[in-house]
Amino acid sequence: MKTWLALLLIALALPAWADRFSVPKHAAFDEECASCHLAYPPQLLDAVSWRALMENLPRHFGVDASLDDNRRLAITDFLTRHAGRGGSTTSSGKPLLRITETPWFRREHDEIAAPTWQRTAIKSPANCAACHTQAASGDFRERNIHIPKRGTP
Amino acid sequence: MRHSLCILAILVSAGAMAQTPRDFLTRFEKEAAAPAVAERGGRFFDATHGNDWSCSTCHTTRPTQPGRHAKTDKTIAPLAPAANAERFTSPAKVDKWFRRNCNDVVGRECSAQEKADLLAWLLTLK
Repeated sequence: MKTWLALLLIALALPAWADRFSVPKHAAFDEECASCHLAYPPQLLDAVSWRALMENLPRHFGVDASLDDNRRLAITDFLTRHAGRGGSTTSSGKPLLRITETPWFRREHDEIAAPTWQRTAIKSPANCAACHTQAASGDFRERNIHIPKRGTP
Repeated sequence: MRHSLCILAILVSAGAMAQTPRDFLTRFEKEAAAPAVAERGGRFFDATHGNDWSCSTCHTTRPTQPGRHAKTDKTIAPLAPAANAERFTSPAKVDKWFRRNCNDVVGRECSAQEKADLLAWLLTLK
C-alpha cells in the first residue's frame, strides 16, 4: 500500500520534472514558426489550444502570421499529434493560447520576480532562449539556465 | 533527341522557378506601371505608417545587418540581397512576408509601387 502511494506521488510529480523535450523535426513548423520565435516544444500546449491558436494566425499575439491553408493544416496536424495533455482553460473557459499562462509554466517560474522579465536581454517570458541557453534543442534543464544580469544588452 | 528535349524541359522549368531580386523588381514595376524610386523606398522603410512599427523596427535602418524581432527578440537574417543571397528568390516567401509585414506596419497590403520602391532601395545597399 505504501509503495503504491509512493508510486502515485511520483507519477503526480512527473510533469514538474519535465525539463527536456524532444522537439520533433518538421520542415514547415521549423520554417514558418521558428523564423520569428523559438520552436516551442509542441508538448507545452494541449491539442485544443494548438487548434485554437492555429485558427487565428492573422491575429497572432498582435502580429500577422497568416499562412496558406495547406501549410496551416500540416502544422496544425503536427502540433496536435505531439501536443501535451494540459487541459487548462482561461478563467472564462477558453483554451489557453500562451504557454506562459499554463499552470506548468507559472509553477516552474514562480521564483522569477516581475522586473526580471523586463530586463533588456530577456524582454518577455516568451523569450525562452534568453535564459534557457539550450532551449532551441528542447533542453530546459537547470544546469543550462543562465539568467542575464540587469543592464546586459 | 528525347534526352535533349527532357534536359531542355528541366532547364526551362528551373529557370521559371528560380528568381532573382531583379526579377521581382521588374514584376513590381510592371504591376505598378511606373518605375521604382529607390529613395522613396528608403523613406517608406524608416517611417511608421499609423501603427507602432516601421520596417526598420525589426530590420534596422541598415538592413545589410541582421535585425531583431521587436516582440520575440529573435535574430532576423539581413534583408538586403547584397548581404543575404536568399532574399527575394522565392515568390511564395516574398508574397507571404509582404502580406504579413505590410499588414503589421501599414495596416493593409502594400501597393506594387511601394514594393518596387522598397526593393529598389534595398538593391542600392551594399
